[in-house]
Amino acid sequence: MAQVSLSNIRKVYPNGFEAVQPSDIQINDGEFVVLVGPSGCGKSTLLRMIAGLEDISDGELRIGDRVVNDVDPADRDIAMVFQNYALYPHMTVEKNMGYGIKNRGASKEEIARKVAEAAGMLNLTEYLTRRPSQLSGGQRQRVAMGRAIVRDPALFLFDEPLSNLDAKLRNQMRIEIKALQRRLGTTAVYVTHDQVEAMTMADRIIVLNGGRIEQIGTPSQIYHNPASTFVASFMGAPPMNLLEGRFDNGTVMINGGTALMPSPLQRSGPITVGIRPEDVLLEPTGPLPFQVDIVEELGAHRLLHGRLEDQNFTVHVDKETHVSPGALRIALKQDALRLFDVKTGQSL
Amino acid sequence: MAELSTTSDTLTTAKAQPVRRKRIKISNIVDHAVLIAGAVLMLLPVVMVFLTTGFEDTDILRNGLRIDVGPHMGENFSNAMFERSGFTEAITGMRMLTNSLILGVGFALGKIAISLLAAYAIVYFRLRFATLAFWIIFTTLLLPLEVRILPSYEAIQRLGMTNTYGGLIIPLIASATATFFFRQFLMSVPEELAEAARIDGAGPVKFFIDILVPLSRTMIAAIFIIMFVFGWNQYLWPTMITTEESMFTLVRGIKQIVAVLEGGTIPEYGKSLALAIIAMIPPVLIVVFFQNWFVKGLTESDK
Amino acid sequence: MKRAGFTNVWLPIALLLPQLSIIAIFFYWPAGWALQSSFYLQDPFGFGSTFVGFENYTDLTRNREYLRIAGFTVVFCGLVTFFSLALALLLAVKADKVIRGAKTYRTLLMWVYAIAPPVAGFMGIMFFDQRNGPITEFFQVLGWDFKLGVNYFDTATAMIMVSVWKQIPVNFIFFLSGLQSIPRAVREAAMIDNRSAAGRFWGVTFPLLAPTAFFLLIINITYALFDTFGIIDTLMKGEPGNNPMTLVYKVYLDGFRGNDLGGSSAQSVILMILVLALTVFQFRLIERRIHYT
Ligand SMILES: Nc1ncnc2c1ncn2[C@@H]1O[C@H](COP(=O)(O)OP(=O)(O)OP(=O)(O)O)[C@@H](O)[C@H]1O
Ligand SMILES: [Mg+2]
Repeated sequence: MAQVSLSNIRKVYPNGFEAVQPSDIQINDGEFVVLVGPSGCGKSTLLRMIAGLEDISDGELRIGDRVVNDVDPADRDIAMVFQNYALYPHMTVEKNMGYGIKNRGASKEEIARKVAEAAGMLNLTEYLTRRPSQLSGGQRQRVAMGRAIVRDPALFLFDEPLSNLDAKLRNQMRIEIKALQRRLGTTAVYVTHDQVEAMTMADRIIVLNGGRIEQIGTPSQIYHNPASTFVASFMGAPPMNLLEGRFDNGTVMINGGTALMPSPLQRSGPITVGIRPEDVLLEPTGPLPFQVDIVEELGAHRLLHGRLEDQNFTVHVDKETHVSPGALRIALKQDALRLFDVKTGQSL
Repeated sequence: MAELSTTSDTLTTAKAQPVRRKRIKISNIVDHAVLIAGAVLMLLPVVMVFLTTGFEDTDILRNGLRIDVGPHMGENFSNAMFERSGFTEAITGMRMLTNSLILGVGFALGKIAISLLAAYAIVYFRLRFATLAFWIIFTTLLLPLEVRILPSYEAIQRLGMTNTYGGLIIPLIASATATFFFRQFLMSVPEELAEAARIDGAGPVKFFIDILVPLSRTMIAAIFIIMFVFGWNQYLWPTMITTEESMFTLVRGIKQIVAVLEGGTIPEYGKSLALAIIAMIPPVLIVVFFQNWFVKGLTESDK
Repeated sequence: MKRAGFTNVWLPIALLLPQLSIIAIFFYWPAGWALQSSFYLQDPFGFGSTFVGFENYTDLTRNREYLRIAGFTVVFCGLVTFFSLALALLLAVKADKVIRGAKTYRTLLMWVYAIAPPVAGFMGIMFFDQRNGPITEFFQVLGWDFKLGVNYFDTATAMIMVSVWKQIPVNFIFFLSGLQSIPRAVREAAMIDNRSAAGRFWGVTFPLLAPTAFFLLIINITYALFDTFGIIDTLMKGEPGNNPMTLVYKVYLDGFRGNDLGGSSAQSVILMILVLALTVFQFRLIERRIHYT
């Protein structure tokens, strides 16, 4: 068990590309932290620096109370689960799981005991003598997990471990991994570009964008109080509605001129107004006209896609509410409105 | 032959089938006919050479190659294997077979060992001069031994390595074909495997022995077959480097056989043909029995 | 190089050392030496040599025999390459089509790969034997008085036939695996788009085989240039006389038997340049191919 601290960590690849800008992250003991962001934003780079597979260009990395910048991956007391699992194809499940501790000089009995224990946890006991090629995708994923568990590390690192699985298996493994981590109490850093995974698994989420940290917070903070328009539109499906608006005479208006709320700030000029689709109410007497173009049926609820005064807008309604395309009137929940700076995209 | 009956099967079924299917069947017969012709083209010459070993030299001199079975096959083969011959009476077929095996196996193993290590160094280490090493090694792909045969001979002579197995084998190894194959293969091994191994605490030596060598088994087998056949079939280099008859390989021995065909006495046709057959057997068997590996190695590595 | 390469300094050097030293001694030294001696005239009795600049090269361009051999080499390479590729392609297309016995055919058509060129040449001697070689007899029926080792044209014919026979298997293997790697879906799409089998072959299959064919073109030229040495040497029974020969054979003849070191070295260098050009061309192709996939 360990806490992890990154101070001013930076990565510049040999070709001069700055993949991670100087970043500070504190990860508490036993915490499950998810790194999320669009493709190419530097998630894997950051994770691989923690693992020791990539040199750290600048800054200091501590695992526990040890500075590990120059420590070999094998000596960092970590375990990693890769996207393609990276199982050794010529070794049986048992050998795969035991290889790490065997190299650290564990005795035969100890290896056998730990492997059996991990296999039990992961329902792999009957597959121990098979090779990876004789397993299904989900089973391989479990073996990769098992390999990590057997090492009993201070820190788990996951790089998109579920992205090669189908949707159903992904949901199931998501829960299993989280439960396992809870049970073992091991600190974990988990990389994904799937925001559902991030929301459901994380104690805290770190949103990365273009090598920069956009926001660090609990799933609820990230969802309800996004620090920027980027986070607002990246997290949540469908994303937060972002409307062009402006400050005028102490009120916030959208471009059509409808006043939305009294301005909390002494300011005038353009502004971006954000609201989650589920924070919109259908009211026949509502102040805003909403033109529904498409109704997306999702079973548990419906999404109404359309235009609010010529700006794209989405509304979430429950399954009891039947709507057909056409004109409607809506109201926005006042306390759910979020304001962002137009230029920087930062929350105000 | 199984294929012949296949064709006649096709014939009878074609007649029984409705007209619509007939066209397909005819083209099917043409396919098999072409293939059988091809197989005969490949097979027949060797079969005739083999059968001719059943006859006496005078008989062969008079009638040439045969397609019937003769009574002297055992005699000819045993002469080929065990009768001493050559100017110095120092060489038997057995001896040549041994030399050929040493050349084939030694060359294949040496080449595999050396090139696997080199490819490993180039692919898996952060070497400052990796690119330079790569080019130094891969330039050798450009020049087959045949174009630099004289200076290579000169080099061997200065090193005093003529008529030695080392002199026979080592210069042949000095080309990067296998290194290139292994490099391609190692590059196709997923990156994460090495990373997982590093996290699992395997150093470079352990990683090589525990992971890479077992992973490369098929590749190694395939390259072994290709290299064995290549080494076994060497002709020009052994011709130059081995002047002592006790060092002759079977393929090198062919030159001796051919040289005396023009002589005044009746050439030892039966024995010579038997030797030619013996020279084919080991590489042919290996290629036929391990053809899946062989084909895989040939087509995948050459890309 | 891999992302997470090992950082040891001496280990990779130790791993490279065997290969590098063999290459240095048996490749760079001889190649350099050939280049150097191509600029010198060797005293025929072995007493030293004189620098003559490009004279060995210019001599070659004026040497009619050399030019004739170069001409023959071009024709020989062209014919061997063409016939072995064409026959192999035909067989591969058929072998790819049949369902029954496909594996047997593959075995029967590829095993000749393992036969050494001089052994094939020796078999050629028997088949083209002047008195009772089966092929000679067949030619005689056609009214062709075939004389191996006597008539330049006849000997050349025999050399080409044996070389083609020996090379069909390699081409067959490559073409077949090329055909088999064409995705099923592509063939099925072609089946729907085009009724005629010939149309499908030239419109879809052949273009998809083109990379393999280009690659084989180089392989075959290299084969015809170098690997046929054993066939040529045996078919002329070691007696060059008036027989046709390739450039490589000439290098061997002048250097090893004729003791014209300078001239032979110059010929080697010319061949090196030729192979260099071929290989650069080939690398270009390989690069292109990697980008495709
Ligand atoms: N070895 C390298 N040299 C130069 N640039 C690199 C290297 N590796 C990655 N990059 C660049 O660094 C950036 C971050 O890469 P990284 O692999 O961390 O992205 P990621 O967030 O994991 O993306 P994904 O979700 O697609 O896996 C990318 O723009 C990538 O092109
Ligand atoms: Mg990634």
